[in-house]
Amino acid sequence: MTPGQLALRSLIVGFIITFAVITGFAYTTLLERKLLARLQGRIGPNRAGYIPVPTRSGKPRRFLGGIMQPAADAVKLFFKEDITPAKVDRWVYTLAPMLAVIPAILILAVIPWAGEITILGQTFSPYFAIAPGVNVGIVFVLAITSIGVYGVVLAGWASNSKYAVLGGIRASAQMISYELALGLTVLVPIMLADSMDLGEIVAAQKGVIDWFVFRQPLAAIIFWIGALAELQRAPFDLLEAEQELSAGYTVEYAGMRFGMFFMAEYMKMIALSAITATLFFGGYRGPFVDQVPALGFLYIGLKTFIGLCIMIWIRATLPRFRYDQLMAFGWKRMLPISVLNFVVVGIFIVLQEEGILQPLFENTLRFLGIG
Amino acid sequence: MVEQIVFILVSLFTLITAVVVVTNRNLFHAALALMASFLGVAGLYVLLDAGFLAAAQLLVYIGAISILIIFAIMLTRRLMHALESPFNSQWGLGAFTAVVAFAVMAGVIAQFWPVTPDSVTPLASRPEVSASILRGSVAELGRALVSSDAYVIPFEIASVLLLAALIGAIVVAWPKAEDE
Repeated sequence: MTPGQLALRSLIVGFIITFAVITGFAYTTLLERKLLARLQGRIGPNRAGYIPVPTRSGKPRRFLGGIMQPAADAVKLFFKEDITPAKVDRWVYTLAPMLAVIPAILILAVIPWAGEITILGQTFSPYFAIAPGVNVGIVFVLAITSIGVYGVVLAGWASNSKYAVLGGIRASAQMISYELALGLTVLVPIMLADSMDLGEIVAAQKGVIDWFVFRQPLAAIIFWIGALAELQRAPFDLLEAEQELSAGYTVEYAGMRFGMFFMAEYMKMIALSAITATLFFGGYRGPFVDQVPALGFLYIGLKTFIGLCIMIWIRATLPRFRYDQLMAFGWKRMLPISVLNFVVVGIFIVLQEEGILQPLFENTLRFLGIG
Repeated sequence: MVEQIVFILVSLFTLITAVVVVTNRNLFHAALALMASFLGVAGLYVLLDAGFLAAAQLLVYIGAISILIIFAIMLTRRLMHALESPFNSQWGLGAFTAVVAFAVMAGVIAQFWPVTPDSVTPLASRPEVSASILRGSVAELGRALVSSDAYVIPFEIASVLLLAALIGAIVVAWPKAEDE
């Protein structure tokens, strides 16, 4: 295949995956509202759209009530007046929502959605992704998430409002602090798989017992906490902190431009769930995936869905951090633990490669009188 | 052919945003243009098959340095609608440096001129790099950084320099005794 054809195919795959994730974003908002409502003993949105199921009593039962809620929300957002306040910096004010959404879409490029697969006569090798075989895939993900902070900072500054600026500054301090722990934790799967290619990291987790979450549960937990902080999800959502900042950096935005910030947040939720699944939970791998590669889409979709549910569950459960607690937790707990974890894993891998680990283990057992 | 079109577009983007950086009278917009220019440079690295360098460029220059500049502007002055002159008292020195740098680069390129497919100069064609080297380039880079016959001394000196800067920042930010 020539580079031109390859680029064209990536473009088509990219369009399909992006639209799939945008649809996913719409239904993630519904999932969040429904699940939060259930966790708090409410019903949640149940009016917009339903599937009538006939019952014996003659009155049809309303199945999947609220299924069209995202569409109704989108229509509402599009028809709201798109206000540009008078004393904002027009250029930056318009640019900020775009800079929030673009990184959220770009992260999707390197996530492997299935193994080697043939669709419509096209063979996707070595795995199915928009840009397969990027040898620095995971560094790319970190780089793109670090760009995501621009949307928040620029929105805060351009709005020319003190709540917005405070929200923006809080957000960027938080993202920069937790990025360190996130970056250091990502090194653990890289070392275990001996590759930065996300596809090879998945390939290194063949069976369920090889999933990196079982070999490195600490790294998985730190990565998940760092991802939540990076997403500014509860309990790290103090840049929005409705009670203190009246929604922070989005306070001067209205209409679909406001919607774009939400779109970025939910798309990043999906992307980071998928990346967590890829790094620690075997990605697209599962039973019979070698025989039927199309099952890969199902497995990674299921794992991403579980990740989203856990995020919503955490939001319903945990109270928000205070700002100094957030900083202390990031710098005094997360960072030292992740450095230590990464150093220990590195030492053990070198010991194993040098062939010292096995005799050391046996000698220790003998010394203790067990072996 | 396609590669050349992409190269020209990326280069134009880099150069135009770089010109905006030095001519724009609004300091905040200039900082944003600088970030866009860094993005263009990352694009050039991708075209040269240096994926890790491109990602590092994004991570360091856009994710850290530009954010620092934007923070400095955000927190120091009220610049929302203020306009600054792009010139200061050192423009003569700056122009001199720019001319010398351009002359050196032009001189180096002139050594290999003219560039035709038949000529044997290094610039004539893109050197072929095998796929195995490209895939293992990050590992090679890592080994080169810590091997004693490559870059271990510059690497260690840079580490010490960064550590010194870090300690310096802490000392500057440390509350003075009489404030307590």
